[in-house]
Amino acid sequence: MRKKQIVAMLLAGGQGSRLGILTSNMAKPAVPFGGKYRIIDFPLSNCVNSDIDTVGVLTQYEPLELNAYIGNGQHWDLDRNNGGVYVLPPYVKGKGGQWYSGTSNAIFQNQMFVDQFSPKYVLILSGDHIYKMDYGRMLRHHIKNNAGCTIAVLEVPLEEAHRFGIMNCNDEQRIISFEEKPKEPKSSLASMGVYIFNWPLLKKYMQADEEDPASENDFGKNIIPSMLINGEKLYAYPFSGYWKDVGTIRSLWSANMDLLEDPPLLDLYDPTWHIYSRNPVLPPHYIASGAKVEQSLVTEGCEVYGSVYHSVLFAGAVVEEGAQVSDSVIMPGAHIQKGAKVNKAIIDERAIIGRNAVVGDDLNEGVKVDNSLTDDITLVGSDMSIPEFASLPKGMVATRETLGYLYMKGADVRD
Amino acid sequence: MINNAFGIIYTGDNSLRLKDLTYSRSVAAVPFGGRYRCIDFMMSCMVNSGLTNIGVITQKNYHSLMDHLGSGKEWDLHRKRDGLFMLPPFVTRDNVGLYRGTVEALKSVSGYIRRSAQRYAILAGSYTIFNTTFCDMLEQHVQTGADITIMYNEEQHFEPEDQYEDLRLMLDERGRITDMEYNPYRPGSPYKSCDVILMEKTLLEYLVEEASAHGQYQFSQDVLMRNVAKLKIYGYHYTGYVARLNSPNSYFAANMALLDKDVREELFSREHPVYTKVKDEVPARYGPSSVAHNSIVADGCIIDGEIENCVLFRGVYVAQGAKLKNCIAMQGAQIQKNCDLSYVVLDKSVIVKRGRSLSGYKSFPVLLKKGSIV
Repeated sequence: MRKKQIVAMLLAGGQGSRLGILTSNMAKPAVPFGGKYRIIDFPLSNCVNSDIDTVGVLTQYEPLELNAYIGNGQHWDLDRNNGGVYVLPPYVKGKGGQWYSGTSNAIFQNQMFVDQFSPKYVLILSGDHIYKMDYGRMLRHHIKNNAGCTIAVLEVPLEEAHRFGIMNCNDEQRIISFEEKPKEPKSSLASMGVYIFNWPLLKKYMQADEEDPASENDFGKNIIPSMLINGEKLYAYPFSGYWKDVGTIRSLWSANMDLLEDPPLLDLYDPTWHIYSRNPVLPPHYIASGAKVEQSLVTEGCEVYGSVYHSVLFAGAVVEEGAQVSDSVIMPGAHIQKGAKVNKAIIDERAIIGRNAVVGDDLNEGVKVDNSLTDDITLVGSDMSIPEFASLPKGMVATRETLGYLYMKGADVRD
Repeated sequence: MINNAFGIIYTGDNSLRLKDLTYSRSVAAVPFGGRYRCIDFMMSCMVNSGLTNIGVITQKNYHSLMDHLGSGKEWDLHRKRDGLFMLPPFVTRDNVGLYRGTVEALKSVSGYIRRSAQRYAILAGSYTIFNTTFCDMLEQHVQTGADITIMYNEEQHFEPEDQYEDLRLMLDERGRITDMEYNPYRPGSPYKSCDVILMEKTLLEYLVEEASAHGQYQFSQDVLMRNVAKLKIYGYHYTGYVARLNSPNSYFAANMALLDKDVREELFSREHPVYTKVKDEVPARYGPSSVAHNSIVADGCIIDGEIENCVLFRGVYVAQGAKLKNCIAMQGAQIQKNCDLSYVVLDKSVIVKRGRSLSGYKSFPVLLKKGSIV
């Protein structure tokens, strides 16, 4: 195998449990985003645009959809003679296999894969962030500092810093200490989960980490702290620009809404930084005579006969006459029938909202919904069919079970 | 599915009829329906029929066509066995590289035809738009024991202005063709050839050799019409929607017809997807004050103004206050603030500057050439 300067390893095995039913049958990176993309399109496109042509995608949880989506990588120009994209699930080895027990363990188990390309550096990415970033610049930064590890960091508001891994740096951006989710953060530089390591150095630390039975085999919790203790040169690479963790229902919804700002918070129109994706084979969308579409993203295969305000419509979504969609994310193939109202909701793939149904209604007396994951965003699961005249209260997660519960409570699911 | 036929698409048509639309491209490469090129429909029909070996004969202005088709991977024709073959003209001792007609073109690609292993050949033009498969046609061909089968549709309306390669078929009650007319002054039959002709490969080779030996070069007149008595030529009645792009008016009308739900459902049926080159555009974006009615909009568009009865291709920008009515805007067209356009066809990358207004008429749409600035 030809030698590569750098190999990217994309951690795509996370379940994304905080995304609830959206990830019940697909891995988080495969979750649709922004009208025609999936989350993984962003790190993959960033790699290609940064001239990194060798990417290993580490999968573990519900990989079917993700594998099918990535295919041979041709949609990202990653079907290469040398390198390209590789899907790397856990596998059985001599003494029996094991699942990926943590982020660094996943890389550890795929050492052989990386070694094939004998790279000097390895780039670690995660598959749950929406951002555009030139990893090439980060690599130059890494080489210039003669660093052992470079961590991309982002300035976050101090009051939110407790949710992130926080770096404390000196004036030369060398990292002095690192705290994972500190109660009293000393700085506001948060790790973006993007690391460049010198590959031989990382191998050494991963080996040592594997021998420690108490370790969680995690980059942030184990590898980085032990590198710091041993006085390795760790540098921060400051990133400014749009970056969003879409690991929760709320953040996924609001990241979609960010695209509707004027100008959009994330510029997808940059001709030098295309975000590539697997394009559906569908005709351009159709807006009917009586339709109203304002401040929205609409993509191929959609048909709009009703009104759409401040919403994102994915491929093949249909909004029938008299239906109203506002502040919502309508995933591929979802169908909003006549007269239905959808307000501040995420309608998952192929769900059908029956005639005159209301999604995101004000809470009825006596009906309690579990909105621990959703807050005030209503979520309708994939392939669900919401009956005519149903009323789904704000924050409800509509699955077959919860809908049944509403019926049982005698709530006015039907008028 | 058909597994014993190959396709040949002829794109060397005299393309003057579409005026500025074909100034720098062949008819096959003319943008159509928001994100397609004419040839996408014929290619997709063939691919959806199961054909895996398709030759595209090119002649003039084929750069944009080559660019569009590339390796054929969007049509799943990027293959080791068969796949897409681009057949541009080349100069040899007995071929000057300029075809006077389809027979000459077929003669010059006889090497490709000889090497194609399939039994049947499907010859097709590139300016006819429909979406079907050729499975039924082949079945009928075999059942009737025909030598040649020509696909046709019924068209009562006749517009002398739009007449181009107008081959009319007279049929007996069993569907056998008894007579043909080419560009008739007054058509004697409503049955019009759809420019899809099916026959066995060996017969095709023989007919091409025979015609060119006699110095004949027109396929319709010299091959089909001359042999109408000698060969069993049958018609295959296609009852679906057909559009022919042979004048600026018919181009305009065919695009506008897509605003009709039935037409749209037929041309873009879910079972027979229409494949095209992918551009990785962003979803279309509607601004806070946009107004859109009865329009087809492709990805990459930004609409801040008003559109009504329009077909917008990829990456069109309609600024605030601009009004577009009954317009077709191709890829990358820019309509700046407060423009007022009606019945205008904007070719690729046309810029209409602030406040300009332009108006054509249904029977005479204004055509703005590629890259022009108003």
